[in-house]
Amino acid sequence: MSEIALVTQLKDKFGDGIVTVQLDAIDAWVEVTAPALLGVCEFLRDVEDYHFDMCNCITAIDYLHTDPKKAEKVDWAPHMELVYHLSSVATKLTLVIKVKIPRWKDEATQQLPEIPSVASVWTTAIWHEREVYDLSGVNFIGHPELKRILCPDDWEGHPLRKDYEMPLEYHGMRGR
Amino acid sequence: MSATNIDDPRIVEFDVRTDEMLINMGPQHPSTHGVLRLALRTDGEIVADLEPHIGYLHRCAEKIGENLTARQFVPYTDRMDYLAAMNMNLGWSLTIEKLLDHDVPEKGRHLRVLIGEMNRVASHLVAMGTYGLDLGAFSPFLYAFREREKILDLFEKACGARLTYSYIAPGGATADLPGGWTAECSEFINQFKKIIPEFHTLLTTNAIFIARTAGIGVLSPRMAIDYGCTGPVLRGSGVYHDLRFHGEERYTELYDGYEFDVICMDSETGKYPDSHQGVYKDGLSYPEVPSDAILGDCWHRFYVRMLEVVQSVRLIEQSIAKYDACSGSHGEPIKLTQKLPLGEAYLETEAPRGQMGFYVVSDGQSNPWRVRARSSCFSNLYVTAPLCRGVLLADVPAVVGSLDVVMGEIDR
Amino acid sequence: MAEFFNEYIFGNGPWSWLGYVVAALIACILVIHVVAVGAMGFIWLERKVAGRIQDRLGPTRVGGKFGWLQTLADGIKLIAKEDFTPDVADRFLFKIAPYVAFAASFSAFIALPFADGVVANHVNTAVFFVLAVLGLEVFGVILAGYGSGSKWSLFGAMREAAQVVSYEVPLGMCVVVPVFLCGTMNLTTIGNMQEGFITNWLVFNDPFTFVIAMVYFTCATASVNRAPFDLAEAESELVAGFHTEYSGLRWSLFFMAEYGSMFLVSGLAVILFFGGSNGPIPVGDWLANLLGGVKEGSIGANLPSLGAITVGVIGVANFILKGVIGVIVMIWIRWTFPRLRIDQVMSMCLKYCVPIAAFGFIGAVGWEVLDLPTPNNLDEKSRYEYHEKWSHEYLETQQQTKPAANDRHARQAVPTEAIITTVAVSQNAVEVNGGKQ
Repeated sequence: MSEIALVTQLKDKFGDGIVTVQLDAIDAWVEVTAPALLGVCEFLRDVEDYHFDMCNCITAIDYLHTDPKKAEKVDWAPHMELVYHLSSVATKLTLVIKVKIPRWKDEATQQLPEIPSVASVWTTAIWHEREVYDLSGVNFIGHPELKRILCPDDWEGHPLRKDYEMPLEYHGMRGR
Repeated sequence: MSATNIDDPRIVEFDVRTDEMLINMGPQHPSTHGVLRLALRTDGEIVADLEPHIGYLHRCAEKIGENLTARQFVPYTDRMDYLAAMNMNLGWSLTIEKLLDHDVPEKGRHLRVLIGEMNRVASHLVAMGTYGLDLGAFSPFLYAFREREKILDLFEKACGARLTYSYIAPGGATADLPGGWTAECSEFINQFKKIIPEFHTLLTTNAIFIARTAGIGVLSPRMAIDYGCTGPVLRGSGVYHDLRFHGEERYTELYDGYEFDVICMDSETGKYPDSHQGVYKDGLSYPEVPSDAILGDCWHRFYVRMLEVVQSVRLIEQSIAKYDACSGSHGEPIKLTQKLPLGEAYLETEAPRGQMGFYVVSDGQSNPWRVRARSSCFSNLYVTAPLCRGVLLADVPAVVGSLDVVMGEIDR
Repeated sequence: MAEFFNEYIFGNGPWSWLGYVVAALIACILVIHVVAVGAMGFIWLERKVAGRIQDRLGPTRVGGKFGWLQTLADGIKLIAKEDFTPDVADRFLFKIAPYVAFAASFSAFIALPFADGVVANHVNTAVFFVLAVLGLEVFGVILAGYGSGSKWSLFGAMREAAQVVSYEVPLGMCVVVPVFLCGTMNLTTIGNMQEGFITNWLVFNDPFTFVIAMVYFTCATASVNRAPFDLAEAESELVAGFHTEYSGLRWSLFFMAEYGSMFLVSGLAVILFFGGSNGPIPVGDWLANLLGGVKEGSIGANLPSLGAITVGVIGVANFILKGVIGVIVMIWIRWTFPRLRIDQVMSMCLKYCVPIAAFGFIGAVGWEVLDLPTPNNLDEKSRYEYHEKWSHEYLETQQQTKPAANDRHARQAVPTEAIITTVAVSQNAVEVNGGKQ
């Protein structure tokens, strides 16, 4: 499969940046580290034969069980996962890139986790990353204008996080 | 890059530059398609900068998806792109079936093509009608809606609802088409075929329409791909990409055995594919591309939609024949509390407005762990900002209308 | 009419001025009623025609099957609406703007003849007067746009100002052609000179005049802000343009002004090009002969003869019918075409309308100067015969000489100070009631 050739190239180029490769999943994915993300994305966009020039979707998945009993049963520690779905218009191939980042940079001060922004690679990522920042609370380093997009500008909290609680009131309107 | 930049080449002399006006177009506005706020900075009539503000219709569909089972979430997908709800249902159903590795019987597949393409026609009719309305042509709107009413009547017979159908469910469809439905559908299609040239006369070849749309908002192919534009916006820029041909196998197998064209201008010949098997009035050829129109402008995007309607009619005719010839189940929907296997699946389908993607992550329970809807209009809308710089104020609705955005899908 | 009051009610002495005042009031009321009811009718007509073009019916409930009274119901609703002005609006300008637009539109009707002699005031330079007053409507729009205190309104007002003022140039050029052909600015005279068969109409005079008539109609549509030139009120872009902030009675005044202006420019086109109050075949003569007149000296001696009245009514009906057809064409165009952008509107004016109007003007003038054949008999008619008919000097001379009873070309003399006459006297009136002294 041509994917395997691509994976070999990636591993050659980025070495430790590539954490795991899972080609048997329903959608084949490659997990990379946060520092290597930008390089990997640029490489994928420009590489011959593949040209992943369209970033379809950027998703953030919050892996956290608020219920401690359920948390014991799973094998993963709480973390945030960013999933990048890429596709190529020229070759019609698709690929998934995953990055695992901690849920907080500093939980005490509620500082958001950081990851380099791929806005310089695909312009559409500007809005997708704004949405991830808005709803899941991930700070994208290097993003040209990181601000909320779906929630109002003065909203507090990041709604799609598993431990999010609706505020009691917002501008005089009851929240819950 | 705004016009306040002193190096901006549009400004001849800094001293004589007049102050810029900050104008809000929306969120309540007759012409932005839904609750969209466009913050414009204009120098008189020329738009210096444009920033779209969205989120007025955000209903937290993705968070809700984490608390409902797969089948229970289907009505929420209806409300995303409410003008093409069947296609939204289809996208979600296919994603869940991909995760479950569940196959739909053949009759169900033909049913899905039939319903999906009917909804594509209805959605493009709305797009065309409201685009005329944006530009001041009031009559095509009503003609389009007259035809759409007939489609909606058919849908009401099929599933009981006119706008938010929740008809196509994971596993197949909630119910089979009632008896005689395909015959009525054929009747509608035969009548509709004769009317399609009327729309071309009203809008496509109208000199004023061409003056308002040709050469406006030119989107280059590279920029379109960079901004993640899909659907007619992408094909209107000349990029040959249609998920019904080039997508995932689980989606393209729906269209196995069907004959239709991807509507995209051939870069060598400069012509659009014009095979329509008699759908378009016999003896009539498609309207010519006007000389003012540049590939990637509003006119081309509009034209792509008009021709796609013809191709959809072709597909509908074929699917009616195949559906009638088929026997068996239409595909029973999965159980309401069906447990989803551990894993994740992402699938994009060619919705009328672009590529609509659904992403489901499951941890083995019946409620998904994460639901994500990748909206086609979300990326399409972002391209408004660079397209509208330097145009006149009256061109902003022309550009936004040609991108055909629906806020329900953008905000989810 | 004034002399009628003075004769029978007020006497000719110190109270005679009251006669004139009453006559003037009646004139005003008549004009306003004609135009207001006309506007009501046109709004209904627009909704019906628009509905039919869009494959639906239009109003069908109020006032019977055809919704005749729909506009009345809407008017009542509008009057009952809350009257408020926006906080940021300039109160005085905001309030006065609709009245300025309304007054401009309605005042132009003073000089517009509905038939031969049926006109509120005989203005010898009627063409000039009408065009000048029509141009005042833009003041109302600018005041509305600026006074609303909203950027959108300001946009609409500025666009409208630019558009209307620019289109007055080709409009004027087009209007000059019939003035030149007839040799007078008096609208009644121009209308009368087109009497006879349809070939006498000025639009068929020569091909250049035909083109000029078409250009006039386009420029007229532009100057009253109808689609495809209606960006001043462009719904889809500016919500409602310069009248965004208006509701209730103030808004309805703008609307009435718009429909009044539509009928005005259409009526002007009818008089200038399409024969005025004359029908395609001349029935005036025949009818007047048929219906006869009134015996001299009887109580009705000062009133016009039945024949004259009938001819007058037919003339008015002709005029209104043709004017309404012109308005229907405007409505038809509006609901068919998309809207032009402001720069396209301006380029259309400057790059197309003005040159075509100029060439048409030169062509029409050349046609006349070179004495090329025309289907009408304007050359043969003595223009002065029609020319001086309603001028004050002529009327004065008529007062002094008592015309013979069977003189076909004698006119019923009317006092020179008459402010309004409702007398329709066809130029072929047979019965002459003698001079009123």
